[in-house]
Amino acid sequence: MKTWKKLLSLVLVGALAFSFTACGNAKKSDSGSKGKEAFRTLDQIKKSGTINIGVFSDKNPFGYVDENGEYQGYDIYLANRLGKDLGVKVNFVSTEAANRIEYLQTGKVDVILANFTVTDERKEEVDFALPYMNVALGVVSPSDKVVKSLDNWNAKDQLIVISGTTAEPYLMENYPDIPLQKYDSYATAKNALENGNGVAWVNDNTEVIAFAKQNKDYTVGISKLGDNDTIAPAVTKGNKTVLNWLNDEIKSLGNEKFFHKDYEETLVDTYGTEYEEELVIEGGQTK
Amino acid sequence: MLDLGLDVLLKGNNMIRLLQGLWVALWISLVSVIISMPLGILLGIVMTWKNKVTKAILRIYLEFIRIMPQLVLLFIVYFGTTRIFGWELSGETASIIVFVLWGTAEMSDLVRGALVSIPKHQYECSEALGMSMAQTYRYIIIPQAVRRLIPLSINLITRMIKTTSLILMIGVVEVLKVSQQIIEANRMSSPNAAFGIYLTVFILYFIACWPISMLARYLEKKWR
Repeated sequence: MKTWKKLLSLVLVGALAFSFTACGNAKKSDSGSKGKEAFRTLDQIKKSGTINIGVFSDKNPFGYVDENGEYQGYDIYLANRLGKDLGVKVNFVSTEAANRIEYLQTGKVDVILANFTVTDERKEEVDFALPYMNVALGVVSPSDKVVKSLDNWNAKDQLIVISGTTAEPYLMENYPDIPLQKYDSYATAKNALENGNGVAWVNDNTEVIAFAKQNKDYTVGISKLGDNDTIAPAVTKGNKTVLNWLNDEIKSLGNEKFFHKDYEETLVDTYGTEYEEELVIEGGQTK
Repeated sequence: MLDLGLDVLLKGNNMIRLLQGLWVALWISLVSVIISMPLGILLGIVMTWKNKVTKAILRIYLEFIRIMPQLVLLFIVYFGTTRIFGWELSGETASIIVFVLWGTAEMSDLVRGALVSIPKHQYECSEALGMSMAQTYRYIIIPQAVRRLIPLSINLITRMIKTTSLILMIGVVEVLKVSQQIIEANRMSSPNAAFGIYLTVFILYFIACWPISMLARYLEKKWR
């Protein structure tokens, strides 16, 4: 029995090792030869008549599906414009946060427009075009006791965060003295703020702005905290033709203030006009 | 009154979209079940052979599929085949492949278990009565094994239906994804909709799986 088990594990390890080397080889041949690339070039997309764009189908108001089954939102508005200017049909592919990079690397989509934040780790895996939106952290607190700064913190006060969001590591690193209350979901964090368990709630600024807009008793004291991140379209690494076209397109869309129009069409109901300048990036120009 | 946000379902085509999503899930599991059940039965019979080579191969296949989470299998088949072989499988095809591989593996082990559980004297008695190998299986072993198999395979089928909730990860928009889309699209106007819509999804899954359980119960009673 024992030897049998050993034999089995040996075979399994062998199979695993084989599959790994197989992956390695495939990658090498991808970059080495000029044969079959993982992505489609701009000409190939034009020729086929359809561009595959990966979007979120459940992130209102950036990419979502309305009650008639139509894709809507800030990212979708841009996607439709890209399709129109390229003269092709847009095929929307519903992606998840966890599989966006995989979709690009296997060439199953040509472009990702899924509220994709530019980070250094992701730059290793995919190529980002010029950004079209800003994101940062924001702090929301009750209107009668607005938290305007995180400096000189009273150690008795606690901050509310949702575990797994960027707020958590940022605060632990930059404000290690502030006690945090961590919640698992949006709903529980919201309840905690409403019950006064903490003095303020730190989350993506788009989230806190939307929250304050809905709940008049709360005010966004800090709308921009920490590093300013950007959201940009992404293409498969090395897909130069599509990347260059996207960059030119975003620059020329800046001339007609396209993203302001996009904001006014899709985001204004959620965020109001006062944050338009803060959130929109026009023509890829970050301030 | 408790607001479940059920009015969201009446907006536009939402209810129809939810049902379409359910159909996608059911269609994929139905096709997979129809393919994997006969295959599983065949493999299960092969598994009872005394041949060491077939035994080892099938054992590795079974253990491999069983150890791997279905989500990993889906990713391997959907993204892995594109990476390594350049195949362009659709999400639906990839799901059916994974569900057939998984269903066949599980079913073959159930069949093997059912066959092995038939006491040895049943075989010996048949032989003593002068029955051939084929006759033994046809009249003695298979009728008994099938009876033992029914509840187990029904359990497997309902599990396959429920596991289709994972295929949203490879871009297939099925009932759960549609419900998430509906909840998110109405996040601002009816924040309580999550409860009502998940409740509806629960009822839909129940309606889909309940008749299968009833059929199993009926067959079990009938063949007792």
